[in-house]
Amino acid sequence: MIWEVFRQERKGQPFTHGGSFHAPDQAFADAYAREFYARRGESVALWVVPREAINAIEEFPDEFDLKYRRVDGYSIKARLKEARDRAGTTAD
Amino acid sequence: MEAREQEFLDYVQGGGLVETDDWMPDEYRKRLIKFIEMHGNSELMGVLPERDWILRAPTLQRKLALTAKIQDEVGHCQLIYRVVEDLGKPRERCLDDLISGKSKFHNVFHYPTKSWGDVGVIAWLVDAAAIISQKALLKCSYAPYARVMKKVCWEESFHILHGRDTVLAMVTGTAEQRELVQEAINRWWEPLMHFHGTAIPAEEDPMVIWRIKSQGNEEARQQFLEGYVPQILELGLEIPDPKLRRNDECVWEYTEPDWDKLLAVVTGHGPASQERLEFRRLSRAETDWVSKVVLAEAA
Repeated sequence: MIWEVFRQERKGQPFTHGGSFHAPDQAFADAYAREFYARRGESVALWVVPREAINAIEEFPDEFDLKYRRVDGYSIKARLKEARDRAGTTAD
Repeated sequence: MEAREQEFLDYVQGGGLVETDDWMPDEYRKRLIKFIEMHGNSELMGVLPERDWILRAPTLQRKLALTAKIQDEVGHCQLIYRVVEDLGKPRERCLDDLISGKSKFHNVFHYPTKSWGDVGVIAWLVDAAAIISQKALLKCSYAPYARVMKKVCWEESFHILHGRDTVLAMVTGTAEQRELVQEAINRWWEPLMHFHGTAIPAEEDPMVIWRIKSQGNEEARQQFLEGYVPQILELGLEIPDPKLRRNDECVWEYTEPDWDKLLAVVTGHGPASQERLEFRRLSRAETDWVSKVVLAEAA
């Protein structure tokens, strides 16, 4: 059984993926996690998770073109120019 | 080369990073497995020369430091074998191939350790040579391997400290202790010069082309010489190569190592190759019941 470990280096920091190992059960997994990822004080907390409990999502289709949720969804250049032209504030 | 493969090559050459689940050409996957597996094998076999000295370490502190180093190296092996497993080759098969002699491990682990001086020189200089290669792997196009290397490099830096401290204690000790260090350097110099491999040009090295490795062999060796020759000489120690010198272009010149010898050593004909493999076979057989019990209890 494969376990994934996430470690926090300092209080307040996000947990980041540390690595993985084989362990037959949670007790072994916890012991190995302490040995592999915290024995030199490099972590203040660990999350030890069976790999099968992790559901990886890697595809993010955008069939409905929901670009208004993103910064690149707003193209203001042409409109701003027209607005400035109308207001007579266009720089020469 | 088919279009998809060319696209992948352009991607990695342009600095692109590859994850486990991404599509990759078979050749890339095969090269990764072979290279990373050999790295894992080397971590595992590398503890055997040091293991011989746990019971003979001169002080309790040294014994504990050596044991901790060995724990680190076995930990690196497990991390690195995990990367190989996720690429498709299970750990058990890696161990089978190691024991049967089908896969290789690094040249420096095919030699015996004759004195405590060897232990210091290995931890200092062999680990220094290794960290140069491993630091270059931090930029590997295969991201899971590069991430593992961060932890490995961090831990290796402790080993160099431990090795240098051991060597310093000996060269500031009795004449006999100093002599043990000098003899160890004489013994280990050739394997160290072999360590980074033949000077194959980086642009012809497939490992560099796929951006699995980011530095050429000779570049790594030059970096080692530049960093460590002065550190050896300042201790009043000698290096057994009369041709060794830094030329006007700041390039290290040295006696060309015997490359046939390197090939013989890594294919299982080194002075300690068979003994080490036999030990690994024995320990695997002897501890087999432990994994069976642990797995049965967990089931």
